[in-house]
Amino acid sequence: MSDAKQTKLDLNNLKAGGFIKERGKDLFTVRLRVPGGRMSVPRLKKIAEVAEKFGGEFVHLSVRQSIELININYKNFDAVVEALGEKQQKVASCGARVRVPVACGGCEYNPNGLVDTQKSALEVDEKLFGTPTGHHKFKVAFAGCPFDCPKSATNDIGFQGAIYPELDKDACISCGLCAKNCVPTAIVMGEDNKPLFSDDPCIWCGDCVKVCPTGAWSARKKGYTVRIGGKWGRNPLVGTLFATFLPEERVADFIAAVLEWYKHKAEGLGRIRLGDTIIKEGPQSLLDHLRTQFPDSTVAETIAPQVIATQIGK
Amino acid sequence: MQVIDLRGVSCPTNFVKAKLALEDVDNGTTVRILLDDGEPVKNVPRSLKADGHKLLALKQTDEEHYILELEKREE
Repeated sequence: MSDAKQTKLDLNNLKAGGFIKERGKDLFTVRLRVPGGRMSVPRLKKIAEVAEKFGGEFVHLSVRQSIELININYKNFDAVVEALGEKQQKVASCGARVRVPVACGGCEYNPNGLVDTQKSALEVDEKLFGTPTGHHKFKVAFAGCPFDCPKSATNDIGFQGAIYPELDKDACISCGLCAKNCVPTAIVMGEDNKPLFSDDPCIWCGDCVKVCPTGAWSARKKGYTVRIGGKWGRNPLVGTLFATFLPEERVADFIAAVLEWYKHKAEGLGRIRLGDTIIKEGPQSLLDHLRTQFPDSTVAETIAPQVIATQIGK
Repeated sequence: MQVIDLRGVSCPTNFVKAKLALEDVDNGTTVRILLDDGEPVKNVPRSLKADGHKLLALKQTDEEHYILELEKREE
């Protein structure tokens, strides 16, 4: 009977995307969701089992930290989802939605990390993953410090950990390590052999706090530097500064506020990214919108996302 | 005072060598560590501080290197 050969699939499994057509007939890549790039070892083992049973000879680590199962036959979609255990390992997203957030290792074991990027990534994944934007894809990344390994400013919203340093002169032993460590030379040793700080060149990296032998330097403020409107691809843009020292617990609300502006302002503009929408509308409109909800963090003024000249497609 | 000479040793080998040398030092003893300018003087003191030792002073010498004075601290 021909009915017996008819493949039955639960199409709900395809709703969030993450099943990507490959070159070969019937074959798909299944992109698994790994927010912040952190995966427990038991889950990694489970994924290896599923890859061995249903996939090809290797998996691929995507540039946005997902594990991609390669050469999955579409007839096995339900079996793959079932075997992965949907609760523990949801497939990732593609299309005009909020994507899985990328993050560095954060501050738990990385000595450079200033903020808990892993916690932020998980929270944003939980609250906003898969939200349709109505226009185009929407990427978020979290960097724990201004070294910015995740290249946060190439995302629609990029978060970069930051601290504002403060000196307790009495606790200072005049060793000079802070001035020695300060790459942007925001700290120099003064005539009294104590550090002098000027906040203009400071990039909020916290190296002074980390190196200070006595704890004379400490963090007065901690949070995220936020750049908006970045993207890469055919027409790259680098995101520009919209907020400083955004408290970690306000991150999800902040992204939701940007999404709200984007959904509204990009209406009728077709398939357009956030950065290009800001260029069209002017950055002041988004700044004003954000200031109503985040008056303490929103910067006074900014510039539109910056075009990167690739010299191709001029 | 014991001197641990890490001049000419690059990161992170200099830090690991410092750790090994400090294993043989009595708790509470002050040692001097010689470090090159650049990455070593930026990274090694911070890492030793994170290991729980007490940094006492840092002096630049005439010869483009630094002397870090440190008191060994072990729980």
